Amino acid sequence: MESYLLAMAVFAGLYALMALGLNVIWGLAGMVNLGLVGFFAVGAYASAMLTTWAHWPIPLAWAAAAVIAAILGVVVALITARLKGDYLAIVTLGFAEVIRIVASNEIALTGGTSGISNIPGPGRGILTPPEFNFEFFVIVWGFAIVVAFLLGRLSMSPFGRVLRAIREDEMIAAVAGKRVLAFKVQAFAVGAAVLGLAGALYAQYNAYVAPDAFQSLITIYIVLALTAGGAGVMRGALLGSILVICLTEGTRFLGALVPGLAPGQIAALREGIIGVALILALTFRPQGILPEKPRVLSLNTAR
Amino acid sequence: MILTLLQTLINGLLAGAQLAVPAIGFTTIYAVLRFPSFAVAGHMTIGAYAGYVANVTLGLPAGIALLAAFLVAGVAGVATDAGVLRRMRASGPLTVAIGSAALTIVLENVIRFGFGNDPRGYDLPVLRDWKFAGLRLGPVQVEAAGAAMLAMAILFLFLAFTRTGKMMRAVADNPMLAGLKGIDAETVARLANFIGKGLAGFGGMLVALDTSIDPLTGFRVVLSVFAAAVVGGLGSIPGAVAGAFVIGIGEEAAVLVLDPAYRTAVGFFAILLVLSLRPRGLLGERAY
Repeated sequence: MESYLLAMAVFAGLYALMALGLNVIWGLAGMVNLGLVGFFAVGAYASAMLTTWAHWPIPLAWAAAAVIAAILGVVVALITARLKGDYLAIVTLGFAEVIRIVASNEIALTGGTSGISNIPGPGRGILTPPEFNFEFFVIVWGFAIVVAFLLGRLSMSPFGRVLRAIREDEMIAAVAGKRVLAFKVQAFAVGAAVLGLAGALYAQYNAYVAPDAFQSLITIYIVLALTAGGAGVMRGALLGSILVICLTEGTRFLGALVPGLAPGQIAALREGIIGVALILALTFRPQGILPEKPRVLSLNTAR
Repeated sequence: MILTLLQTLINGLLAGAQLAVPAIGFTTIYAVLRFPSFAVAGHMTIGAYAGYVANVTLGLPAGIALLAAFLVAGVAGVATDAGVLRRMRASGPLTVAIGSAALTIVLENVIRFGFGNDPRGYDLPVLRDWKFAGLRLGPVQVEAAGAAMLAMAILFLFLAFTRTGKMMRAVADNPMLAGLKGIDAETVARLANFIGKGLAGFGGMLVALDTSIDPLTGFRVVLSVFAAAVVGGLGSIPGAVAGAFVIGIGEEAAVLVLDPAYRTAVGFFAILLVLSLRPRGLLGERAY
């Protein structure tokens, strides 16, 4: 039971990192990204390949995974940044699907649907499984807190202010002399790097990656985490991720509560509840539990 | 070689006709409500299952089952919009778009809860492919394409000649002007939802006739549907038809050179290509 709780805490941390990545792209810069699981997958595969096949040291592989995801983020942003949000939603969703198709079919590169196994993890084999879980709990949440702190600083900086301006009104930001495209591309790259890092940590923790783990449902989890916690706020991303894990794992025990359901029906209920939760969050509290405080300076209180 | 190309063209046209129906549904909703509705995927699946209940459980012929697919998905579309998506409209189109993705997850799982994950098929007579000068034609695919053409013809007549159809076009063209003329935007929104989601359901059954009925029937092809609408120009109905044929033929042609698994990627690259070269799509964004 303890190791189960620890494992769930590790996943909450991974979700938190992904929510933080999405928060830069969506929360700050206002670009929808329904393909975030694609960047997570790229990070996971990059780190898995580098450590398992090329025997790179793990920290170096994690850094490389973040960089590769960021480069991909730049490419996606350059292609899509001029598009309206409507198109961006469609294109990013398609991007994640394409990543999954490539992962399933380029068998020589990715191991196909059977994936990559025996990925080395720091101290795996030396530590006992509970110790390993605890180690990763510290690593993942350590990263999440540091990244949240850094991104929090970033969002307060002039850079973050420009991103919020672009989110609110691109035209005005452009008229104010900001190079909107460059800012959007940078925001996308930073967000994608965090998503890629989350993927790399996942690969090392799980010791196994396969295309099935990168379903679009994960994207919905993260969108829910950010919407529930409060888009635009880094603490919101952390809180939302914990809530999402409580929801996905708490419903695991539904079967015991409602007798007479087939396992398939319980699975359908659990997935459906995520959808319902997102609908409720969007309807009743789109600003989230920890809403972003409007940073308005009125003339007479200006410091 | 020429025979292979001709066969590819025929398959592409048949696939395109199937794709055109949900693509019209998607683009109609976009034209009137101005958000990309990911709920089209869920309603395609609903249509496929409504057709299954009509055809297999009730033993009705496939033509009637298609009508049932249209009606059930259309009514579901109006209900889910009134109950779920309409409340989000004030928060902006992207919120509604994300809400519609969540809605698809809910709908898929309602279906999964009731019918399970196992793929099902319709109760159709097994027919041999027609062979003609070395070309093969599947009777089911041909009939599905025929049904698609019929549905499209009816929609065009409706939009061109009826008062209600003109109302819808007016709102799609310029909502403010239409409002000044006393056209009730909510009525038109409901109508657009009924027709759009109904066509998604109809198209869902057409797709399921060719593949299988399962909770992911809609989601599997939804990227191709989006691609058809975007390539043709979001919000343009003739554009969606043209886009659907482009995507249909493109997907069949891709199978000639690539692994069949990359079929779905064709739509994605078509979107990127069109958006970089001609962002308004082939036929622009005019609704009709």
